[in-house]
Amino acid sequence: MEGVKQFDLAVTPLREVNRYLHHDVAASGVERVKILNADGAHSIAVGLNVPLDIEVDGHCGYYLGGMNQLARITVQGNAGPGVGENMMSGSIRVKGFASTAAGASAHGGLLAIQGDAALRCGISLKGGDIVVGGSVGSFSAFMAQAGRIVVCGDAGDGLGDSLYEAVIYVRGSVRSLGTDARFEPMKASDYEAVRELLDAAGFEHDPRDFKRVASAKSLYHWNVDANQEY
Amino acid sequence: MTHERTGSEGLSLEESAGYDRRTLDYIQRAAATGLYEIRGLGAKRKVASFDDLVFLGASLSRYPLEGYREKCSTKTVLGTRHARKPVELATPITIAGMSFGALSARVKESLGRAATALGTSTTTGDGGMTVEERSSSKTLVYQCLPSRYGFNPDDVRKADAIEIVIGQGAKPGGGGMLLGQKVNPRVARMRTLPPGVDQRSASRHPDWTGPDDLVIKINELREITDWEKPIYVKVGATRVNHDVKLAIHAGADVIVVDGMQGGTAATQTVFIEHVGIPTLAALRQAVQAIDDLEMRGKVQLIISGGIRSGADVAKALAMGADAVAIGQGVLMALGCNSGSYVADGRHVSAIEDYRRLGTAPGFCHHCHTGKCPVGVTTQDPQLEQRLDPAVGAKRLTNYLKTLNMELTTIARACGKQDVHHLEREDLVALTVEAAAMANIPLAGTNWVPGS
Ligand code: SF4
Repeated sequence: MEGVKQFDLAVTPLREVNRYLHHDVAASGVERVKILNADGAHSIAVGLNVPLDIEVDGHCGYYLGGMNQLARITVQGNAGPGVGENMMSGSIRVKGFASTAAGASAHGGLLAIQGDAALRCGISLKGGDIVVGGSVGSFSAFMAQAGRIVVCGDAGDGLGDSLYEAVIYVRGSVRSLGTDARFEPMKASDYEAVRELLDAAGFEHDPRDFKRVASAKSLYHWNVDANQEY
Repeated sequence: MTHERTGSEGLSLEESAGYDRRTLDYIQRAAATGLYEIRGLGAKRKVASFDDLVFLGASLSRYPLEGYREKCSTKTVLGTRHARKPVELATPITIAGMSFGALSARVKESLGRAATALGTSTTTGDGGMTVEERSSSKTLVYQCLPSRYGFNPDDVRKADAIEIVIGQGAKPGGGGMLLGQKVNPRVARMRTLPPGVDQRSASRHPDWTGPDDLVIKINELREITDWEKPIYVKVGATRVNHDVKLAIHAGADVIVVDGMQGGTAATQTVFIEHVGIPTLAALRQAVQAIDDLEMRGKVQLIISGGIRSGADVAKALAMGADAVAIGQGVLMALGCNSGSYVADGRHVSAIEDYRRLGTAPGFCHHCHTGKCPVGVTTQDPQLEQRLDPAVGAKRLTNYLKTLNMELTTIARACGKQDVHHLEREDLVALTVEAAAMANIPLAGTNWVPGS
């Protein structure tokens, strides 16, 4: 198979695989990399900066695809905490479930999770897009600054607490909203955004079933009374 | 209005110790505003400090070095434990992390130029790395903070070391804040925030909690950088013994401990004055923790929080620190709390600007307002012009050079060819408190309180 390179983490140390992906792969003509036997290893394919297809076989530990740029990573299993943390661009697709803090502080790119995502999904999001096929746990989108989160299932408690400019679309129920988060009416641009993100993630739902959650912006200024005297 | 006591009023003008004018002012202010006070810089209260220690110079029992002729090395290497490329500095005096946002880009450039001239490192802060500081700093430490504002892999790769910030001495356990007046369009863009918002920074990292996770986080950063760069872990001084041990277990190459005198650009006064322990006590506990784990010489320790002079640096090194980091002293060298700023080679009075802030040179702690009278902690396009990066760099170079000379003067007087050879036995304490906190005998005795 030309253009395809395969690593078995049961044989090759992760450090070597990551080094290869950081340096040697760029000039090698390889376009696809398969990583076998993930076996819960942490930090698989972190810090990449090449437009490459990477397929990971098995379940991953923490920080799969952390700080990713350009690479398109697919995991044929579950992903541990912080999958795609601080991603800048490219995409990460998780065929199974994702643990806590999926897509934390991601600046760009697409994180698509087929199953559920646990607590704090999209925490501190800074511009990335996250699409979750199932439900998200509590405190998701905490302090999310920019970017979009689409939840096809339900959301737990405290959704969107202390939100800045990020927008959340939820299809199912929301157990509770966090401080300063509120439901807002869907506009034509929202339906379009949901449609685009569902298509990108490969999920089929009707955008009209989604609700929009965004910031009420009442925390944007410390305290309106701050400069008043009584 | 203040009443000066002449001594002849008797009890009719007796001030209360518990409800003195400062406390009255605090209560009245709280009653008027319903808000806590936010300010900059560090703790103002008096705590046991390096001032309470003195050196035992060499005489008959020890042999001094000739001050002007014999060599005394200040070379300092940080990050020897796991990093393929440790940080090598010409001096143990480094520049502490301060954010672009709190400081202007021009100040950041001054810091980089001065640090490079002296062969030491500068450190980014909350809000990311600016091109000004990267291009002006030979050695730049890149902070990974809970907010992750502006944090990105390109800058990770450009950094010479990475510092995971868990806490800060001025506010251990607290997140950051940058009031709207300092969030100008460039600061806002770097932080992905709307301009002008009162920006809050989280107090916990978004993608890990606790020491077991920290192990994995550190390893992720090592994997991203191919195990090349030293990883520092910075903690605010509270439960120092445990925190230092946990950070070492988590795999840190360098531990940074910031005592309660450490500064901030904006934090609640109640936090600055009432949370955290003095640098002196923190240093002793940090060194003990490293010794307990037999990691001396493998893991390096940087102490910060109120380091001002060459004597402070020498005392910190003698107590077991490998290096120090300076923040407030650096700002003061640039002109913080000075009555004037330099424009076109002339000193121009800033007194009127201090007055408008309700303060005066020598008392200012108004960094949070963004209206720094001397152009140091501001994003205002006019005010920031008051600090010429070239003038700032020169002043800061002079300051750091002075500290370095004082440091070697003391080391030579104690008979050391290398400042890192200064040792606890070179020190005695002047107060019982300092003796107890530093675990150093009271001068003129062999007595160490508690032993
Ligand atoms: S002079 Fe400037 S840097 Fe110094 S305390 Fe005042 S505002 Fe802060």
